[in-house]
Amino acid sequence: MRRVVVVGYGMAGARFADEVLRRDPSVALTVLGEERHPAYNRVLLSSVVAGSMTADSVRLHGKDWAADHGVDLRLGVTVTGIDRARRVVLIDGEEEVPYDALVLATGARSWIPPTDGLRKPDGSLAPGVVSFRSMEDCEQIIDAALPGTPVAVLGGGLLGLEAARGLAGRGCLVTVVHPVGHLMERQLDAGAGRVLARSLGELGIEFRLGALAVEYVAGDGLVLDDGSRVPAELVVVSAGVRAATEIASDAGIAVDKGVLVDDALRTDDPRVHAIGDCAQHVGTVSGLVQPAWEQAAVLADRLTGVAPAARYRGTSVVTRLKARDIDLAALGDVHVDLDCPDHEVLCFQDPARGRYAKLVLRDDFVMGAILIGAPDAAAAITQLYDRGLAAPTDRLALLLGRALTPEVASSPADLPASAVMCKCNTVSKGQLVTAYRGGATSVSSLVEATRATTGCGGCKDAVCGLVDWLNRADGRSSGDVGSAA
Amino acid sequence: MTLTDGQVSPREFPTNRGGLCQKGWTSAALLTSPARLTTPLIRRCGVLEPATWDEALDLVATTLGELRAEHGPDSVGVFGGGGLTNEKAYALGKFARVALATSQVDYNGRFCMSSAAAGGTRAFGLDRGMPFPVEDLGKADTILLVGSNPAETMPPFVQHLRRSNLVVVDPRRTATAELATLHLQPAPGTDLALALGLLHVVVADGHLDKDYLAERTTGFDEAWQVVAGWWPERVERVTGVSVADQRVAVQLLADAENAYVLTGRGTEQHASGSDAVSAWINLALSLGLPGTRGSGYGCLTGQGNGQGGREHGQKADQLPGYRKIDDPAARAHVGGVWGVDPDDLPGPGRSAYELLDALGTPTGPKALLVFGSNVVVSAPRSDHVADRLADLDLLVVADLVLSETAALADVVFPVTQWAEESGTMTNLEGRILLRQRAVEPPEGVRSDLDVLRGLAIRLGQPEERFPVEPEDVFTELRRASAGGAADYSGATYDRLASGEALYWPVLGPGSSPRMFLDRFAHPDGLARFIPVDHRGPAEPPDAEYPVQLTTGRVLQHYQSGAQTRNVPELNDAVPEAYVEVHPDTAARAGLAEGALAAVVSRRGRMEARVRCVASMRIDLLFLPFHFAGSGRANLLTNPALDPTSRMPEFKVCAVRLEPA
Repeated sequence: MRRVVVVGYGMAGARFADEVLRRDPSVALTVLGEERHPAYNRVLLSSVVAGSMTADSVRLHGKDWAADHGVDLRLGVTVTGIDRARRVVLIDGEEEVPYDALVLATGARSWIPPTDGLRKPDGSLAPGVVSFRSMEDCEQIIDAALPGTPVAVLGGGLLGLEAARGLAGRGCLVTVVHPVGHLMERQLDAGAGRVLARSLGELGIEFRLGALAVEYVAGDGLVLDDGSRVPAELVVVSAGVRAATEIASDAGIAVDKGVLVDDALRTDDPRVHAIGDCAQHVGTVSGLVQPAWEQAAVLADRLTGVAPAARYRGTSVVTRLKARDIDLAALGDVHVDLDCPDHEVLCFQDPARGRYAKLVLRDDFVMGAILIGAPDAAAAITQLYDRGLAAPTDRLALLLGRALTPEVASSPADLPASAVMCKCNTVSKGQLVTAYRGGATSVSSLVEATRATTGCGGCKDAVCGLVDWLNRADGRSSGDVGSAA
Repeated sequence: MTLTDGQVSPREFPTNRGGLCQKGWTSAALLTSPARLTTPLIRRCGVLEPATWDEALDLVATTLGELRAEHGPDSVGVFGGGGLTNEKAYALGKFARVALATSQVDYNGRFCMSSAAAGGTRAFGLDRGMPFPVEDLGKADTILLVGSNPAETMPPFVQHLRRSNLVVVDPRRTATAELATLHLQPAPGTDLALALGLLHVVVADGHLDKDYLAERTTGFDEAWQVVAGWWPERVERVTGVSVADQRVAVQLLADAENAYVLTGRGTEQHASGSDAVSAWINLALSLGLPGTRGSGYGCLTGQGNGQGGREHGQKADQLPGYRKIDDPAARAHVGGVWGVDPDDLPGPGRSAYELLDALGTPTGPKALLVFGSNVVVSAPRSDHVADRLADLDLLVVADLVLSETAALADVVFPVTQWAEESGTMTNLEGRILLRQRAVEPPEGVRSDLDVLRGLAIRLGQPEERFPVEPEDVFTELRRASAGGAADYSGATYDRLASGEALYWPVLGPGSSPRMFLDRFAHPDGLARFIPVDHRGPAEPPDAEYPVQLTTGRVLQHYQSGAQTRNVPELNDAVPEAYVEVHPDTAARAGLAEGALAAVVSRRGRMEARVRCVASMRIDLLFLPFHFAGSGRANLLTNPALDPTSRMPEFKVCAVRLEPA
């Protein structure tokens, strides 16, 4: 039987195992996990910090998952080497696990900036400093995040802001320190960054932008490069991640920023594959769940033989900030100027209400967008982008969503004669007027003559209004308006 | 409604509150329509010609007898309808199992209610569309209506929705969506993902009813493992429904003292329709709605007798009383009532589309009897279905007009319609209604019950086994259903005629307007969360077929349109097929309002007039399915089947739009 060994039991490794079992439950599957507990959904850790999810509720697998599916799951083990010639993985320096196919899903680790004091001399994090990557990190953050606690978040990227929003929700006094002049600079332009900072500011978060932390003093806080101080009893480091590639490079597998893979998700050893945050596909180390899950599906297709020709062609990235009361989506290339000749760029800014919408089109197709505080537009434009659809010509409606409602005729006089007033019985304004002229001048007689209002009754007000209008035009008093059937 | 001198007038009744739509007002026109069949027809030299009843019945019985002798009982198939009365549905199933001894019987309700039935049965142990009276809806604070457009399909029903916050889930901005407090407009075929997302929000926003979960349900943890992976931002990307709207929808449900989740065909007619229903029920369970006074889950029935039609044994896998045909106790009971050896009853047969797909093939039936259904218009991939019918040795159709399917038949029986016969129907609430005969049928027309008896006697059955009087059939149905899930044993024509409101099960003097208040119908009394995941449409769009098609009804027509297209007032209002499309999508295809367009799928091509509708998604077309010939929407639809309910994927397929 074919032996498939997965190194890593995070979102990519667990998903890959699920995808394999779904296709072929008979595959001999071994999963090696570094952490001691079952796989959990890392995407939801910011919800755990925010308090809307518990550790239990973000588990990907129940505790009986491995037994139920006949998976050889080892938790709390360290892979110490791969012997590719003998096709074995060495764990904890002693045991050998043989494979026919090996899948590296080792993920990534938090990058800790070289700020003085963040690490202890032995390399571990100093007291009061925690990265934001694992469930343990989360638990540590929550334990320290009592209301009123001053917290510094190092890094104003997506995850840093999600952590900051969650901590502010817990009543902490949060300051985000970010070395660039505006937030989320990978996804946002400066204008959007400003609107975002303003909106988050209204939720009680402070920002030190374009500032570098030069020193951490335990129990006191951060010293910035301009000499100012940020008080902090807790420093949450969210300054980016680095792919965990050591196992691969030690085994002589080609590595750049991540483990290099082709469209078949193979490394330069055809028996060794890599997926998720540790993998580098066509120059990209994604660090996002969507590509990891798509890669897991493709690789499962291939390794189970369900679709040996399956290939991964990359994933279009849509960034979505998960922060209560802030609606932010960013996708594609947004760093295009308004006057760029071969693009069409639309922009709407309303910082006072926390709205910013920028849409970059080329030949009617969405190239990029930033949408803050515009949930309708975010949802609609994401669909156009993902599905490769040409944008509707009514650009304004697209950008503003349902804010733009169609005009409603204010008086029966404004309706065309063909307008259907009673949908249930297909009665037009023209038919009602004709019946009125024919002598049915009260609501009840109009109802009898045309059956209008006798279905769902939803047009009763409109029909009464019409009779009023006709009565006024005729100089009659509005007789039995209220007596509609 | 009542009928006096050929004029229809509405009746004050809870479901419609005295309202009628145009279909109701004009329904008397069908009684005297010139299109009405009044004599049996037999195809001679390729042409349908008038014949006597004896000629027609003899011919059919003789041919069926020969086929059975040569090829066995499964060489004859029977296809019923959800519009048949309970008595007819019951008699048809009995006729198939006893007189023909065939397992090959199913009905068009498979295309209608089967996913809802499967989902309801899985969750609650029993499927009664609405396990509460419809008036209860009027007191709800919030109603979530998924994939249903009652403002067009059942206008008087809308009165029950007016007081509530109405959340409508529909890919189109329908007349019903116009009435909504909140309209969620998911991409077609993604509503299952939306249901998962809403449940995720229920948990994330702290609305999970943990006491209810502990006392009344089981299986939440397994269901949650899937749902946890559907956080709202991911759901937005798949469905196009914004995170903000997902949260508002859940808030409206959670804030409500009384709330309902109701599903319709829009979410059920998919190859993953049963799972979609389970996902919506899971949502309702997470909020503690089902089996709680003033709240609940229900499905909206599509045909006149959509509920009763699925209870009395015209389904391939069922016996009367909503019993399973492979259950030995059920077989023993029903065999006893029918006076036959239970071992002689056939087992489960093919589901509706599989049955149609097998017709005239070496292993499939060689003859088909159709009652109350117009399959060449209403079945998916309808050109293929017409080909299958053409390969039959014998096609027999009982109908009141020469429907498109009847026009292909070898023998046509003209049968009675609504006001010309008595019988019971079971409405969307599980309430049994008695419809009394109001007018004499035209000369030459017989009831379906009469046709079945005529055939049964000629096939060697004792006369008394197939009574013609509806009340006699109902009396037998009551015995056959006794002890089953849908137990009618305590219901009588006398009680019904006296106006008593009887909701099944009706065992003794009472009835059951509200079910599940104490316990659900599973042996342990608990409702089940079913772990389901989103799969997406069976046929995603691609470069060749870049837009998606969904189908549905318009107010003026009913089902295949065989009846309503014969009512001048209705036909004048909506005379021909049309396609709703976003104006930009029409323009990009080189089409303007009113132009004749061709819509093409892998299965066929149809033609329809362009109607530009600015609220349509840019990648979506809508076709009503009521029209015949080249206007048939079902020439295009995808017969991919739900693995549980065998429901075809009517509601989404990939197509392209071009000038005709």
